[in-house]
Amino acid sequence: MEINEIIREENKVYSRPELLDEVHMHYCPGCSHGVVHKLVAEVVAEMGLTDKTIGVSPVGCAVFAYNYIDVDWVEAAHGRAPAVATAISRLWPENVVFTYQGDGDMSAIGTAESIHAANRGENIVMIFVNNAIYGMTGGQMAPTTLVGQKTATTPYGRRVDLNGYPLEITNLMALLDGTCYVTRQSVHTAAAVRKTKACLRKAFENALAKKGTSVVEVVATCNSGWKMSPAKANEWMAENMFAKYPLGDLKTL
Amino acid sequence: MAKVRGAITVNEERCKGCDLCVVACPTDTLALQPNEVNDRGYHYSYMANPENCIGCCACAMVCPDACIEVYRVKVDENK
Repeated sequence: MEINEIIREENKVYSRPELLDEVHMHYCPGCSHGVVHKLVAEVVAEMGLTDKTIGVSPVGCAVFAYNYIDVDWVEAAHGRAPAVATAISRLWPENVVFTYQGDGDMSAIGTAESIHAANRGENIVMIFVNNAIYGMTGGQMAPTTLVGQKTATTPYGRRVDLNGYPLEITNLMALLDGTCYVTRQSVHTAAAVRKTKACLRKAFENALAKKGTSVVEVVATCNSGWKMSPAKANEWMAENMFAKYPLGDLKTL
Repeated sequence: MAKVRGAITVNEERCKGCDLCVVACPTDTLALQPNEVNDRGYHYSYMANPENCIGCCACAMVCPDACIEVYRVKVDENK
């Protein structure tokens, strides 16, 4: 059978999500953000929420998320995405609101907003992409950076006596009564991508059902910041990150 | 027995040559272009061994830039 006999419209089993805009993403080659964007676009379209979804984009690498996924967006000040999302979800209760945040946004400058939005049980989805580094500004140490991990500001590795311990903010959120669903996933293999998509769908369903705050952490790579090839960064993540940030559901109600 | 044959198309201009699809492919179908580059200077992905493809979608799933589309057919070898 020839290749051009296989490549026909009726045989298509996977295509680019319609909600992804036809622009080039600014992310580095191999960046996990692209996969998470793709999953959000797929989940929103499959649930038929295209006209009802409002995203709040962060400051960080994902700041231009509003250019890539064709739903309504609001750009929040650094770390304030959950506060903006709170206002939107209260004023437009029939809509589904999600925030898309990195680890600098959610676990450093936005810790107060994130934890209090989750504690109030706002009906929003928080998508937390944790790559243990400040990617956009050049690979500085983030609160989630692993002990011993080398970054631009910890060239000899993160030291506990100087820099403290990595912050597991998702575990903190799981303790709060306002959250209904807290999970930690990854997108480094096809199986992990499928699982993460199912988790995102569940989170959006919770927001539709007004069950409370859903937090989906995606343990991700920053191959540029980590100074590795994309494939090597995935290996390094599986070896090192998953020990500190084990995958799985932390809370399901 | 019915055999599954697959094929992919790569949006060559969108591909950033990150190599993740090549690593994810279970059948060694994909490779990066050894010499050719796209307009942005990336060695884009292509089907180096097209007869191996089973249309499993693993490459498309992990592609951060969503530049892979997958096609799959069942071939009845008895016919």
